[in-house]
Amino acid sequence: MTQTTIFSARKIITMNPNRPVVSHVAVRDGRILGAGTLEELAGWGEYTLDDRFADLVIMPGLVEGHAHTMEGALWSFTYVGWFDRMDPDGKTWPGLKTVDDVIARLKEAEGRIEGPDAPLLGWGLDPIYMNNVRMSRHDLDRVSKTRPVGVLHASGHILNVNTKGLELAGLLKEGTNHPGIPLGEDGLPTGELKSPEIIMPAGKHVGMDRAFLAADETGLRNYARLCVRAGVTTSSDLGQQLNDDLVAMFTRVTGEDRFPVCLVAFRINFGVGPKELVDYTATLADRSTDRLEMGKIKVVADGSIQGFSARLQWPGYYNGVPNGLWYVAPDQLAEIYERALAAGVQVHTHTNGDEATQLTIETLEAALRKHPDFDHRFTLQHCQLASEAQFRRMGRLGMCVNLFANHHFYWGDEHYRLTVGPERAERMNACRTALNAGVPMTIHSDAPVTPLGPLFTASAAATRQTASGRTQGEAQRISVDEALYAITMGAAITMKMDDRIGSIETGKRADFAVLHDDPTEATPESLKDIGVWGTVQGGRIFESSGI
Amino acid sequence: MKLPVTVISGYLGAGKTTLINHLLRNANGMRLAVLVNEFGALSIDEDLIEAEEEGLMSITGGCVCCAFGGDMIGVLEDMRDSKPGFDHVLLEASGVALPGSIMTTVGLVDGVRPDASLVLADADQVERNAADKYLSDTVLRQLEQADILLITKTDLVSAEKLSQVEDWLKTQAPHARTLRAERGAVPLEAVVGTTPLAGRRSSEPMAKSAFASTVLYPDGPVHAENLARALADTDAITRAKGYVKTDEGLALIHVVGQRYEVEAADGLHDIGVVCIGAKAVFDAEFVQSLVQTKP
Repeated sequence: MTQTTIFSARKIITMNPNRPVVSHVAVRDGRILGAGTLEELAGWGEYTLDDRFADLVIMPGLVEGHAHTMEGALWSFTYVGWFDRMDPDGKTWPGLKTVDDVIARLKEAEGRIEGPDAPLLGWGLDPIYMNNVRMSRHDLDRVSKTRPVGVLHASGHILNVNTKGLELAGLLKEGTNHPGIPLGEDGLPTGELKSPEIIMPAGKHVGMDRAFLAADETGLRNYARLCVRAGVTTSSDLGQQLNDDLVAMFTRVTGEDRFPVCLVAFRINFGVGPKELVDYTATLADRSTDRLEMGKIKVVADGSIQGFSARLQWPGYYNGVPNGLWYVAPDQLAEIYERALAAGVQVHTHTNGDEATQLTIETLEAALRKHPDFDHRFTLQHCQLASEAQFRRMGRLGMCVNLFANHHFYWGDEHYRLTVGPERAERMNACRTALNAGVPMTIHSDAPVTPLGPLFTASAAATRQTASGRTQGEAQRISVDEALYAITMGAAITMKMDDRIGSIETGKRADFAVLHDDPTEATPESLKDIGVWGTVQGGRIFESSGI
Repeated sequence: MKLPVTVISGYLGAGKTTLINHLLRNANGMRLAVLVNEFGALSIDEDLIEAEEEGLMSITGGCVCCAFGGDMIGVLEDMRDSKPGFDHVLLEASGVALPGSIMTTVGLVDGVRPDASLVLADADQVERNAADKYLSDTVLRQLEQADILLITKTDLVSAEKLSQVEDWLKTQAPHARTLRAERGAVPLEAVVGTTPLAGRRSSEPMAKSAFASTVLYPDGPVHAENLARALADTDAITRAKGYVKTDEGLALIHVVGQRYEVEAADGLHDIGVVCIGAKAVFDAEFVQSLVQTKP
C-alpha cells in the first residue's frame, strides 16, 4: 500500500516555470506526486501532513555537475588550507594563514598517530595566499624527522615532503636534474615535488597509496555526508577508471539504505583505448540504479591554466611560457567521439584552454557529420577560456557547458596577473555569454580542488569576485535566479537527467535542498551564506546536524 | 649495471607498434620489457603472446609487455626488481607525450638508466603533422628531443621525397642521428645497442639490413670518457656499446647519438665496443681510428 506525505514549507521554489513557487509538495514512493496548495494535493487521496519544514525553504535538490568523491577520502587526512573548510562531521577547520600554523596543525595530528613509521599527510595547502612562500623539507622536518610527512597542495599538482619522505622515495641525493624537483643550496631536493609522475611514487610513502587515489567505501560515504551539508542530492563523480570491481563497490555503497545522494560516475579515458572505453561504458548504462547513474565518459583534453599545462590559442600565456600539453591525441579524441556517438554514449570533455575547446568543437562537428545525433549534449567541463565565437558554435552544435565559477574566486587574481592577463581573465568562465548563445550551462566546484558547495558556486558566478575582492568581468555576472537554475536544472540538463531531477514537479524524484532562508531573496554576496538544514533524497530525509 | 630504458615516441601512426613487434620478434634472446601507457594503445602480434593477465602480457622469449597507467616509476621499479631480470626496457610513450620529460623522469629511478630517446617520424605524414594547427608544437618538440630519429614508412614515398623529408628532419632535430626503417625493420642492436657476443663478430640480421657495424678492441687501457665522447661526436655511428679496460678497472660505455654515458662495471666481461650506424654514412676505418684517442 502506497503512502503519500505532503510537506509544507515557508516557501517551495520549484524551478518549474508553470508554478515557480508553491506552499506544499506531495511525495509518494520517493517521487513527487505534485506541487501546489494543500487543497490541490489533497485531491490525490489519503495523505500524512508533515510540517517539519514549515519554517524552512525548500528548493530542488542541488546538482553538482563536476566533483570527485575523492573529497570524501581526503578527510581521512589533515586539512591545512587557507580557507575555512567543513569536514563530513560538520566541523569547520579554520583556514591556516602561515607555514607555522600548518606545522602546528600537522604536529597536533602527528600526536594522534599510532606507530612510529606511519605516514602523515596534509592537504589543501595554497601558498598563493601566503605570498607564494615555498615550503621545504626542513619545515616539515619540524613535524617529524622519523616518519614520512607530506603536504598536498590545493591544486593537486604539487606535493611537499619531509626529509624522511624524500629518503623513502629514493630522492634524497645530489645531482638530480628534473624540472619538477627544485634543489636547495645544498644540492639536495627542497622537498617540493611538482609533477604528477613524481608525486605518484613519492606520495606512496606519505600516505597517498593506491587506495587513496582510487575510490574507497569510507570515502564515498564521507563524500555523501558532505553532499547533505551542501544541499546536494545528485553529484557527478567526474572521472573514475570504472571496472567491474569498482562498479560493484559503487553499487553496493550507493545502495545502502541511508546513502543520501545519487552519484553519476563517469568512466575516464585513462588506461584503455577508445574502443574498449566506449564499448565498456555503453554496457554500464543498463547497470545504473536509482542512486548510481553510469554510461557516460569523461575525456581529458588538456591540463590546467594555473599549471600552465592548458592548451591556449594565440597569443598564449601572459607571462610568455610555452603552450601547455595535450592529454589526449587529437586523433584519439576523434575516435572516441565517433564511437561514442555511434553507441549513444554521452561524453564530457575537460578543456581549460581555448585551443583545447576549439579542438573539441571542431572534432565533434566532424564526428557529427558521420554520426548525426540531435540530442547528444556533449559537454565541455571547465571550458574556462572559451570565446564568444566558441560559445556560439557550441550552441549551434547542441553542446552544453559546465563552467568553473569557483575558480574565479580562488585563482582569479592569479589569472589576471600571471596566466592569461587582464582581458582574458575577465572573460573566463563566461556564464553570460554561454546563456546568450543558448548553451545549456551549469557551474561547478571540482571538489576537492575547491570545496563542494553549489550555493557558494552560484554566489561566485553572480558576483565574480576574486579572493582579493575585485569584481572581475562585470559583463559576465549572472543573476541569482540564473545561478540557482544553473545549480539545479542546468546541471541536470548537462547530464541528461532533467527528466528526473532538477525541479520540483509531478513525476520527478523527491530530491530537495532544505534551506534556512530564501535564496531568491538573497543578494549575490549573501547567497553563499544561506544555511543548509539538510536534504530530502528520493523521499528520504537527511538532516545535516545528524548526518 | 643499470637497467637501460629506451623511450619510443612519435605521433599516432608513426609506426611505434610495428617497430616494437619487430623488435620483440627479433629479440635474439634478449629479455625485453615493453611498457605502454595503456593496453589497447599497442597491439602486440598475437602469435608472440604467451599469456595475458591483468596489466601484464607474457611474450615469447622471456619478454613482457605491461601497462603503467599513471605509475610509470612504480612499474619501472617492478621491472628493475624482477627476477630473472630484463636486459632492456622499451617504453612506448603516448602519441602526444614529450620524450624529454619522460627521459628525465626515468632518470630519477635508482638502478635504471634513460638510454635513448627514439622518436619515430612517418616519412609520409610527419611534415603534415608538424604543420597541423593543433599538433605542430607537440610534433616539433618531440623531434627536437630525439637522440635517434627513425624515419618510418619510407616505402610510401618516392626517393626524392624521402631525402627531402630527411633533410627537413635534420634541420628540426640537429642533435639526432637519423635512420631509415622500412616496415619497422631496424635491427635490435641499432635500437638498444649490443655488446660483443662470444664467438660472433658481427650480428646476422645486420648483414642484410641498411646498417653496418664494427667492433673496437682497444689494446690497452683507454680513457673511457674520452672514447665515449669521440664516438658520440661522430655522425658515422648511431650506437655504440661495450666494455673497455681503464686504469681504474672495467667500464661500460653507452653511446646513443650524441648522448653518452660511462658506468663502472663489475665482474668479468669480454672487452669490445660494438659500433653501429647506417650503411650510408658508416665509416669503419674512421671509427676504428677513434680508439687511438688518448687523453
